[in-house]
Amino acid sequence: MTISRRALLAAVPVALATPRLAFAQAGAGRVVIIGGGFGGASAARFARDRFPALDITLIERSQTFTTCPYGNLVLAGRRTVESITFGYDRLAARGVRVVHQSVTAVDPAGRRVRLADGTDVPYDRLVMSPGIDLRWGAIEGYDEAASARMPHGWIPSLQPITLLARQLQEMPDGGTFVMAIPDNPFRCPPGPYERISMVAEYLKQAKPRSKLIALDAKNGFSKQPLFQDAWEELYPGIVEWRGASSDGRVMRVHPATMEVETEFGEKVKGAVVNVIPPQMAARIARDAGLANQSGWCPVKPATFESAQVEGIWVLGDATIAAPMPKSGFAASSHAKHAIACIAASLAGRAPPAATFFNTCYSHVGPDYGISIVGVYRPGPTSLVEVEGSGGISPRNATMSPQRRREHRHLEALYADGWYESITNEMFG
Amino acid sequence: MNVRQILPFLLLAVAPALAQTSDPAVLAGACQGCHGVAGQGSHGIPLIKDAHSRAEFVALLQAFRANQREATVMGRIARGYTDEQIALLAAHYARAQ
Repeated sequence: MTISRRALLAAVPVALATPRLAFAQAGAGRVVIIGGGFGGASAARFARDRFPALDITLIERSQTFTTCPYGNLVLAGRRTVESITFGYDRLAARGVRVVHQSVTAVDPAGRRVRLADGTDVPYDRLVMSPGIDLRWGAIEGYDEAASARMPHGWIPSLQPITLLARQLQEMPDGGTFVMAIPDNPFRCPPGPYERISMVAEYLKQAKPRSKLIALDAKNGFSKQPLFQDAWEELYPGIVEWRGASSDGRVMRVHPATMEVETEFGEKVKGAVVNVIPPQMAARIARDAGLANQSGWCPVKPATFESAQVEGIWVLGDATIAAPMPKSGFAASSHAKHAIACIAASLAGRAPPAATFFNTCYSHVGPDYGISIVGVYRPGPTSLVEVEGSGGISPRNATMSPQRRREHRHLEALYADGWYESITNEMFG
Repeated sequence: MNVRQILPFLLLAVAPALAQTSDPAVLAGACQGCHGVAGQGSHGIPLIKDAHSRAEFVALLQAFRANQREATVMGRIARGYTDEQIALLAAHYARAQ
């Protein structure tokens, strides 16, 4: 039997009106996904491919999505923002009902979501992949107004990376690029260090008398030995990184004088100042009662259902998933498992066994890529990394010069392949 | 009775969820992130479907796991998966042919 697209569309309102029990019997149901980033878009695509009986609505306020990954390559002049921006047409064509509106309220007891235009969207299971908010004021003086002079470049929908890119381009040769980097946890643990690398790549070519000073609120960071080896090799005299024990923690900013001030009161002035402030789960998740005192959302590690609100699955950067990092790939891994758990729960089956996966590539220079891998299983209270697996690329000293060149070259190539594959999966 | 002797029983007692099997499509979802939805590869990332048979797929992943085959990331990845999961993936990609 063939059902035309038109007939299916006509049937949708009837289906929405059918009692919940009917869906449970068929192993189907209404799944509403809030947030169309790596978690939400991956969830929608995976649900369409794997569980076609599920009725999928994706609510995303923006018409397009600009990825955080590869934003740093815009700073290096390697990519345009257009090349890292995607629309939702293909997801819609795959049968996802895409609704471009803000969500004003979530009603877990009534199992419905309220949209900005007043419409209520009922659900059987809710997925929230809301991303992050910045903690304005956590660094004294760093508010939204200050971020216009001292860009964060950390949430593309809030502030396009082009603002920081333009300031970098307009910086005089000899000017200092200052970065403030937060303590854990924050979105994309290797991101600030890839940014250091991409800015240094640009400075080396375009502004060879300039320097980059990175002030960090912690003493160690993701892929640290690999980044530091690369900076020494590729950007000697350009990059200076200072950790917390070297007074690297930025406590306040002075936008008028373009200075940041450290714990011990040293003021560091930049021609360009990039402040990546502390973060928390996005407001919609906090308002829905999903976050705890930390500002992030605890989840049941075996399913990614909220540990605080029944019937809501939380994905991506907003969650407490440590030791799994807050990354796009991690969000897509959460998404697929959560959808499988939701399909199981609607069909009255037990959830499948969970294994979560992440690989983060970073570009550090021309034809020079590095990576970190992690495979995780649920433990009693948190995820646990599978013993013996994962880890970072080998360091220079462990490889022959030829193997080293090949390894860095391949990982730069694979980074591009990852970006193309995962964005194609979500939006292609 | 020492800890080593009772450990299997402890695990049985606390981990009913582990008795569940993995969803092959979710497992393959990890591969897709780099190798593409259909395992087609891109930018030098090899095609998964090049591993023609199930036996070949399993042998390849086992070689990665045992560090017997030069790799960038696949050794680090393969060591995170069990024999059972590798068999499920092999069957998944065999079906996808």
